[in-house]
Amino acid sequence: MIKNRVSGVFDTIHDTWAGLPGWQRWIVYAALFVLALALPSLPISSFMSPHVSWGDVLFFPIGVYILLALGLNIVVGKAGLLDLGFVAFFAIGAYHIAYIGTQTEWNFWAILPIAVLMAAVSGIILGAPTLRLRGDYLAIVTLGFGEIVRITAVNTEAIGGTNGIAGIPHPPSVEGVVFFGHEIFKYGLLDSRPYYYLLVLLCAIVIILTVRWDHSRVGRAWAAIREDEDAAEVMGVPTYKFKLLAFATGAAIGGATGVFWAGKVISIVPQDFPFMLSATILAAVVLGGSGNIPGVMLGAFLVAWLPERFRGFAEYRILVFGAVLVLMMALRPEGLIPSRQRKAELKAGTGGMGSLGAEVGGPDSVEAAEVAK
Amino acid sequence: MLDNFNNLVSQFWPQTMDGLIKGSIYALVALGYTMVYGVLRLINFAHSEIFMIGTMGSLVVLTTLGISSPVSGVALIGLLMLMAVVGMLASGGTAVLLEQIAYRPLRKRGSSRLAALISAIGASLFLAEFFALVVIPWLFDRPGQGRNIIGVKRFMQREELFTIGNLTVTNDQVLVLGAAVMMMILLDLLVNRTKIGRGIRATAQDPQTAVLMGVNIDRVVRTTFLIGGAMAGVAGTLWLLKYENTRFNIGFLLGIKAFTAAVLGGIGNVRGALVGGFVLGLVENYGASFFGSAWLDVVAFIILVLVLMFRPTGILGESLQVARA
Repeated sequence: MIKNRVSGVFDTIHDTWAGLPGWQRWIVYAALFVLALALPSLPISSFMSPHVSWGDVLFFPIGVYILLALGLNIVVGKAGLLDLGFVAFFAIGAYHIAYIGTQTEWNFWAILPIAVLMAAVSGIILGAPTLRLRGDYLAIVTLGFGEIVRITAVNTEAIGGTNGIAGIPHPPSVEGVVFFGHEIFKYGLLDSRPYYYLLVLLCAIVIILTVRWDHSRVGRAWAAIREDEDAAEVMGVPTYKFKLLAFATGAAIGGATGVFWAGKVISIVPQDFPFMLSATILAAVVLGGSGNIPGVMLGAFLVAWLPERFRGFAEYRILVFGAVLVLMMALRPEGLIPSRQRKAELKAGTGGMGSLGAEVGGPDSVEAAEVAK
Repeated sequence: MLDNFNNLVSQFWPQTMDGLIKGSIYALVALGYTMVYGVLRLINFAHSEIFMIGTMGSLVVLTTLGISSPVSGVALIGLLMLMAVVGMLASGGTAVLLEQIAYRPLRKRGSSRLAALISAIGASLFLAEFFALVVIPWLFDRPGQGRNIIGVKRFMQREELFTIGNLTVTNDQVLVLGAAVMMMILLDLLVNRTKIGRGIRATAQDPQTAVLMGVNIDRVVRTTFLIGGAMAGVAGTLWLLKYENTRFNIGFLLGIKAFTAAVLGGIGNVRGALVGGFVLGLVENYGASFFGSAWLDVVAFIILVLVLMFRPTGILGESLQVARA
C-alpha cells in the first residue's frame, strides 16, 4: 500500500509538471541549473562529505557517475539494449585525451571533439556486428568488449601498459574570472570546482539532447524498438540504424565524460576501468528508474554518494549493492522514480525484452504472451 | 610473424593437451549456463559464483582432513570422490537457493528478462563479496584476507604416463579429462533417456504445453539449477586438482569463457557444451602461443564476438528446444 501511495505522489508531481506552461518549466530548469552550480559552495559540505572535500566528491564520483548514467540511460533505458561494457567508452575517451595530450602540444578543447568522435566510432564498431543479436547475447558481447579494451590497454606499451599515462593536460585556464570568491575558469590542481562546472554544463547539454530526442522521431523509434523490435521493423522503423545511433550516442557521452575526468586527474591506468564500474553505472540506471532522467540521476547520485558518505561501510559496498539489485528486481523492478511508459511495460509482463521462458504465471502473463505472438 | 608461427608449431602438442584440459573445465561450467538458458532463456550470470563455491566446497574437504602431502591409491580416489561430492552439494545447493530467492519471484510475476538478468548480476556480486568478506575468512581462518588467492598444497602426485614427441602426458591430465567427459556422458544420458530429462526438454521446447501435459515446471527448473550447479561443483574439484588455487572472484573470467563455450557449441545443447569447451580451450591456447600469452583472454572474447556474428546458433545448434522454430 505504501508503495502505491509513493507512486501516487510521483504521479501527482508528474501531472502537475506536465500541466505547467513551457516558460514556467524553463524557469524551474534554470533554477535547478543554478542550484547545481551552487552545490559546492552551499554550507552542507560537513554533512554531505565529512571525510574528503565536498567539491572533489561532487566531481568524482558523483558528477562522473551521473553523466555516465545519463549516457547509459540512452542505450539501456531508451533503446532497451543491455550494455555491460559501458566503461569501455569512458576508457576510450580518457585514453584519447591522455595519448594525444601527452604526444602533441594540442589544446584540451581541440582534443575533446576528436576523443568524443573516436568514442562514438568505437561504439559503432562494437555495435555494427553485435546489434543484430538478441538482447542477452548483446549483454555478454559488450561485457567481453569492455574486458578487451582494458586488457588491450594493459598489453600495449605505446599507451603505457599497466603504468598508464601521466601528465595529461588540464583545460587551459582563464584567470581572473572570480565569482563568489572563486576562480571559475582556473583549471589547476587544488580546486575541483571549475571541473565540476564543466560536468554540470555537459549534463545540461546531455539532458536537453535526450529530452528533445525523446519527443522526436528518434525517441519514438527507440520506444518502438524497446517494446517490440519485430513489430517496429515491420512498421518500417529502420531498427538497426536507430540501435546504432543509440549506441553511438551513449558511447559519445561516455567518451566525453572520460575526457573531462582524465583532464582533471592527470594520470590514468587501466585499473581505473574495471567491470565493476560498468556494473555500478548499470545499477544506478536501473535503481533510479531506467528511461527516466530524474530517476537515473537520483540513482547515480545515491550509488556514488552513499559509499563516500559512509566510508566505514565502504568494504560492504558491493555486497549491499548486489543485494539491493536482487531486492529491487523482486519488489520494484521499475526503479525508484520510474518512467511511466516503462512502468506500464513492466506491468504488462514483457518489459520490451520478452519474458522468461518457463514462465507460466497468472492470467495476466498468459495474456501478455498471447499478445506477444 | 615467422617467430610467432614457429612458436605455435613448437608448442603445438603441449598447447593442445592444455587446451583440452581447460576446455573440459569450461565445458562442465558451460553446462550450467546452457541448461538454464535452454529452460528459462536466462543467462544465469551468477553461475560463475556457483563454480567458485564449488572450488571452496572441495577445498573445505582438504583443509578439514588436514591433507598437506600427496596421497595415492584408494585414498586418493576416496578423497577426490569426497571433494567432488562436497563441491557438488555446495554448488548445487547454492544454485537451487539462488533460483528460489533471485529468479522464482520474478518468474512468478512474469517479469522482463532484463529484470531477471539484472537480478542475476546482483546475485553474482553479492555471492562473490559475501565469500570475500564473510565465508572465506571464516571457513579457512583467514581474517581480513578474504580477497587473497588461496593456494592449495598438491594432494596428488603428478607422474608422467607417456611421452610423444615433446608432449608429456601426466596422470592428472588424464584424470581431469576423463572425469569431465564421463560427467558429460552421464548428463547426456540423463537428459535424453530419463523422465527428468524429458521434463527438462519439454519445458525448454514449450513451457505452456509442458504444463498442460502434466510437467511440474517449478520442479523442472529447480532440477535444472541443481544439475547445472552440481556440474560446476565437479568442475571446481577438477580446477583445484589442476590449478591448485582459488579465489573469491575466480569465477568471473572463467564464467564468461564458459558462457562463450556454451554459445560456441550451441546454447541449450548439452553435447554442444562439450564441443564448445574443447574448441574454445584449443583456439584460445593456439592464439596465445601465436600472439603471446597476454592476449589469451582477448582471443577468447574475439571468438565469442565472431561466433555470435556468423553463427549465433553455435556449432551444433540449439538442441534442448529444437522443436521451437
